[in-house]
Amino acid sequence: MAIVRAKRRLAGAHVPHHKNTEQMETQRCPIPPRVVIPLLQHMGTPCDPLVKKGDMVLVGQKIGDSSHPFSVPIHASCSGIVAEIAEYRNVLGVSCKAVVIDTDGEQRIDPSIAPPIIQDRESFLSAVRESGAVGLGGAGFPTHIKLGYQDIDRVDKLVINAAECEPYITSDYRTCIEDTQAIADGIHLICRYLGIQKVYIGIEDNKPLAIERLNSLFSPAEDVSIVSLKSLYPQGAEKSIIYATCGVIVPKGKLPADCGVLVINVSTVAHLGNYLKAGMPLIARRITVDGDAVGKPSNLHVLIGTPIRAVLDFCKVPENSYGKVLMGGPMMGTAVESVEMPVIKNNNAILAFTEKSAQLPQTTACIRCGKCIGICPMKLMPARLEKAYDTRNPELLMKLHVDLCINCGCCSFICPAKRHLAQKNQLGKVLLKEYQSKGVSNK
Amino acid sequence: MKKLIVSPSPHLLSGNSTSNIMFDMIVALFPALLVGIYVFGPRALIVTCVCVATCMLSEFLIRKLMRRSNTISDFSAIVTGILLAFNLPPQIPLWVAVIGSVFAIVVVKQLFGGIGQNFANPAIAARIFLVVSFGTYMTSWTEPFAYRYGLDATASATPLTDLANTKTLDLLLGNTSGCIGEISALALLIGGIYLVIRRVINPLVPFTFIGTVFVFTWVLGEDPVKQILAGGLMLGAIFMATDYSTTPATLKGKIIFAFGCGVITTLIRVFGSYPEGVSFAILLMNLITPLIDRITATKPVGTGGTNRV
Repeated sequence: MAIVRAKRRLAGAHVPHHKNTEQMETQRCPIPPRVVIPLLQHMGTPCDPLVKKGDMVLVGQKIGDSSHPFSVPIHASCSGIVAEIAEYRNVLGVSCKAVVIDTDGEQRIDPSIAPPIIQDRESFLSAVRESGAVGLGGAGFPTHIKLGYQDIDRVDKLVINAAECEPYITSDYRTCIEDTQAIADGIHLICRYLGIQKVYIGIEDNKPLAIERLNSLFSPAEDVSIVSLKSLYPQGAEKSIIYATCGVIVPKGKLPADCGVLVINVSTVAHLGNYLKAGMPLIARRITVDGDAVGKPSNLHVLIGTPIRAVLDFCKVPENSYGKVLMGGPMMGTAVESVEMPVIKNNNAILAFTEKSAQLPQTTACIRCGKCIGICPMKLMPARLEKAYDTRNPELLMKLHVDLCINCGCCSFICPAKRHLAQKNQLGKVLLKEYQSKGVSNK
Repeated sequence: MKKLIVSPSPHLLSGNSTSNIMFDMIVALFPALLVGIYVFGPRALIVTCVCVATCMLSEFLIRKLMRRSNTISDFSAIVTGILLAFNLPPQIPLWVAVIGSVFAIVVVKQLFGGIGQNFANPAIAARIFLVVSFGTYMTSWTEPFAYRYGLDATASATPLTDLANTKTLDLLLGNTSGCIGEISALALLIGGIYLVIRRVINPLVPFTFIGTVFVFTWVLGEDPVKQILAGGLMLGAIFMATDYSTTPATLKGKIIFAFGCGVITTLIRVFGSYPEGVSFAILLMNLITPLIDRITATKPVGTGGTNRV
């Protein structure tokens, strides 16, 4: 094991760091009087409620599950009484049910909570699913699906994503500092049951303390490399971190596992490590609260389902001070329509910005500077993709590989004409999908 | 309920803007302008001001006439005005400068759609238009510092027609006859370094252009040092072959472009009937920019095959 510097990288942008909360120890956000727990907090099929109005629930009790394999169970984060099973529309506009719990503040723990018994890979994967684990970096991909990939035996490299390249966010960093042992436990668990030898931990070089802590965890006999990545957004994008740590380019249309690599977010690994010891499923998470409207930027341990309003209140953000609130980072996060929305599993930050700084600048004509082309980590040509979309040309979009866009936002960030390049790529992907599905139905 | 602003990501943008880039261009052109005024007197400043004012007015009026948004605030018309003035002899009649400026903005830039849409560099195209239309005025040169002695001293030639008798130091500092902005290689280089530091231009472009001229003129038996310092090469390589709108979009394309410019410049200088070939070289390469763009399309990460579109 060793600390190594990454020698190669895909392109990216020098975004401002704004890591104001780096030194802030995680505080507990108080239990809100009411939590809203959506039954879709992962990429996949929504869960069905297992409780009904008036039921008493305990901390860690399973309140939602589905027989569909592409789903992850949902657990109660508070003890209390189910107030209702409400209709809920998430930030992406997808509808699902949500369990609303009136909390009693006692946090009585479900007596069935116990460390899982793991003997083999099968029981390991079912424990991962029962733990409620999803990709905590932002995507919310079900972890048991990722670890249970059919060709998982071809995977010989585990990449732990601790890059945290988004501005403001320090929740993964605080996990590395405060929950270091859990990370090691999680890594050992995955390596043992999936038969992986080689581990890379990718982390940006602006976090020397975390690098030091992680490094002290592993014995020299283990094949673990801490890869110090140059601070460049988006180093934590899956394809970027795979290339920077292992030197592997994932071909278009392939999964990292097809190339023998498995990438897992560091907070997800820490959750697995903790679950193994205590058996408490994912009912809370660490988030960063920051942004220029936040008077007291903090790292908080927040119960899943806590309304954003309660989080902002705790961080002393007056209601009239903000005009835009994000779930996630400023580069890829989603702007919420209401602060009544709850914190969910894959939510690593709440950022509140003043109305003034949230105003979008005027878009002007493309001056063909080519900066968007030079900065794209996927080596796409955003300026040309924009024209292809504007002329509604799906064939050109396909030739230009719009579907490779990872929506990192570097092109929009760098554009001197303030053009909505990343946003047009998203629209271009939809247009291409419609065109392709039409082509299939015509045949 | 409180209304929040909702927009798709990214929510954080860089401080880049078109007007910042153009402002940097203006700053970078300043050292050469100061040398021009010092060597050729107030006349150089008057010509520059006339060009800039005409460019701005033309841009304002033609946009108004075409019922398009006003783009005067992006400063690009100012850059065109200064660049055109830099390509004119100091004693040029002001009405010729006005015609050149109107041609640059109206015909070359705005009739093709304005900033980012023109296929030829407005200042270069206007200079060539003036050379062809007003040949005598465009080749009447002034001796340096003639204004100080009240002389109407007309120089017989620019350094390029008589390189053997021109000192290298004079070419570097600007103690020579020529167009307003091209005389001092040093002043132009200072501007170029500023643009590189500000990340407005990629240094490989002027480096390739100038390097190609250096190597080829050397091979053909000329004095390569004087060749790269004399004439409009520095001005063209640093400020015009790096123009965004009229050069390829990828770095690979830009380098091919710069190499082509260097080859054509050398051929015209050594074998052509014009002493100077920089503007023709850039214009010709402007014309094949779409073709270069076609063959230098990037190959996205993880796609095996070529990506020609």
